Amino acid sequence: MTAVKPDKSIDLRGTPCPLNWVKTKLRLEEMQPGMVLEVVVDEGAPAHNVPRSVQAEGHKILEVGHSADGVRVVIERC
Amino acid sequence: MAAIAFTEEQIERYSRQIILPEVGGVGQRKLLAARVLVIGAGGLGSPVGLYLAAAGVGRIGIVDSDRVDLSNLQRQILHATRDLGREKCTSAKQTMESINPDVTVVPYPVRLTSSNILDIISGYDMVVDGSDNFPTRYLVNDACVLAGKPLSHAGILRFEGQATTIVPGRGPCYRCLYPEPPPPGLMPSCQEAGVLGATAGVMGAIQAAEVLKLILGIGDLLVGRILICDGLTMSFRTVRVERDPGCPICGDSPSVTELIDYDDFCGLRVPEEQYHE
Repeated sequence: MTAVKPDKSIDLRGTPCPLNWVKTKLRLEEMQPGMVLEVVVDEGAPAHNVPRSVQAEGHKILEVGHSADGVRVVIERC
Repeated sequence: MAAIAFTEEQIERYSRQIILPEVGGVGQRKLLAARVLVIGAGGLGSPVGLYLAAAGVGRIGIVDSDRVDLSNLQRQILHATRDLGREKCTSAKQTMESINPDVTVVPYPVRLTSSNILDIISGYDMVVDGSDNFPTRYLVNDACVLAGKPLSHAGILRFEGQATTIVPGRGPCYRCLYPEPPPPGLMPSCQEAGVLGATAGVMGAIQAAEVLKLILGIGDLLVGRILICDGLTMSFRTVRVERDPGCPICGDSPSVTELIDYDDFCGLRVPEEQYHE
């Protein structure tokens, strides 16, 4: 998988829903359109909910990568 | 442009409203920076104060010269039995700040008059009228028109309530709808006619929502509309109203150019406990 180089990255493993999305959203608000944010969330509900909320708010999911260390969600701030 | 970061506690406390696309961190910062004056810590002022404090409105002024009476507690949910005899604005401050330590509540244990109101409202972005008497209602309307401050109005009686939002220059004011106060004794008060506590809750929650929308700059306000609630049939209707070019205070050639203390003007003497419902 080609890794997109993120401008910012946050580790939200261990942060439950919906706080993981709230923190993602607050970070996206600080960024300029076109910038890329990487968040790492837990498998399960977070991996399902965070990308869905990101898209519902009009941002673009560039990549969702599952690994033993969690789920890497790469977002383009729109 | 770097905004002050939210604390972990703030992120969690406000998470359910930061999630709203219309609010976000940007909106939350607006709320924390906002200054709102609430007239009355009674039936309407209680839900207004509670919701504004809970939402994180940073500075909330509370004007009330009364003390907590046992007959208040059926609807004035800022106060508890332990508060009997305390100043309402002190009791309100304690309740609101215990809900949210981000909020500063400024108590004004005074009766509003033509000589103090402009000074008090000058420190606030907008005003909520939760009073239950005509002299205060007209004084607050006139002061807000003169000072150009947005005003949320509501009134309640029995099972009924009405609410409107006044943004001077953008729609009608209270005097456009009712140019002069009714003669003393014509309109029954809650003291005479009674009121369901939940009616106050419904209308106060509507006022709080209007204030939060105004701060956030979202949605459509009750500007140019009166919302009327009949709690017995539980039906709501909205009546359109327009600014009156002949309005005595906000019209094209106003006849009211300075504030009026109607209780002195009409010789009306209202019992203490009837104030600041």
